[in-house]
Amino acid sequence: MGRRALEPGRGHGLTVVVNGREQDVPKGETVARLLDRLGLESRYALVERNGEPLERERYPEVELESGDRLVVARPVAGG
Amino acid sequence: MIAGRSFGSRLILGTGKYESFETMRDAVVASEAELVTVAVRRIDFDEPGEDITTYLPEGVLLLPNTSGCETADEAVRTARLARAGGLPDWIKLEVIPDPRYLLPDGVETLRAAEQLVEEGFTVLPYVLPDPVLAKKLEEAGCATVMPLAAPIGSGRGLKLRDTIRIMIEQAEVPVVVDAGLGAPSHAAEAMELGADAVLVNTAVARAGDPVAMARAFKLAVEAGREAYRAGVMEEGWAAEPSSPVGGTV
Repeated sequence: MGRRALEPGRGHGLTVVVNGREQDVPKGETVARLLDRLGLESRYALVERNGEPLERERYPEVELESGDRLVVARPVAGG
Repeated sequence: MIAGRSFGSRLILGTGKYESFETMRDAVVASEAELVTVAVRRIDFDEPGEDITTYLPEGVLLLPNTSGCETADEAVRTARLARAGGLPDWIKLEVIPDPRYLLPDGVETLRAAEQLVEEGFTVLPYVLPDPVLAKKLEEAGCATVMPLAAPIGSGRGLKLRDTIRIMIEQAEVPVVVDAGLGAPSHAAEAMELGADAVLVNTAVARAGDPVAMARAFKLAVEAGREAYRAGVMEEGWAAEPSSPVGGTV
């Protein structure tokens, strides 16, 4: 599946916080690219960026900025 | 028929508590449910697990819930996140501050419902069977009202039958009996009473054979509905003979 755990940064990009954990990403990284790098192949990756829900269509175009706080969620089993 | 969409089944199934996604999928298929609930949770990147949506049969409509939300604001946030990420704009609205009995907060539920309806969501609120609250939710534009029969996961059956009956009598939106049904007979009883649908999770997921139980619930819901349409006889105190009184030999 190519899933990779969040890796601490190597200091050459931006620092964002994903689900409470710091993550370094290259400059120009889009939300879609980040999800891809995290190995998230879910049909439904739900993303909130700085407290605002992000429309799926915008994942490929929205570039991350340093200090961005992301919540990445998805549907799970439940009643 | 909910919010202008028609469903071939009056059974709504929850996807929680199954031993595996495979069993869950087989139970959904056996139940013939066309509406299934899912929860929304943050991904744990250390243990991402599998994607539940790949196990759900084509054609079922996903109904995200707001479980875990204790306030209206949290529920609205969860609903917005789900819709933005591509899930349907249908939401099973649960606002539950009480961890022991998992009873919903009617005031916060109404507040969240008003907001979500205004934002274009199709809102299915989980409530205590309170006919007055149900009317307010209906007036707010909710697509259904979903009274609990007994606490979630308790399997105790239609403990709040009398107030559910009043809700059914008064409601102009579908009444879905949700939570606490433990056996197919409970589901049949709710349907005989005139409920439009039932939502079941634990009773199927925790059965000895969840797939067989899913089918049992499907049959019970159909039987209960058919009985409601047929008109259940009035109860009486005294016996009434079924055979002729005269002409005995």
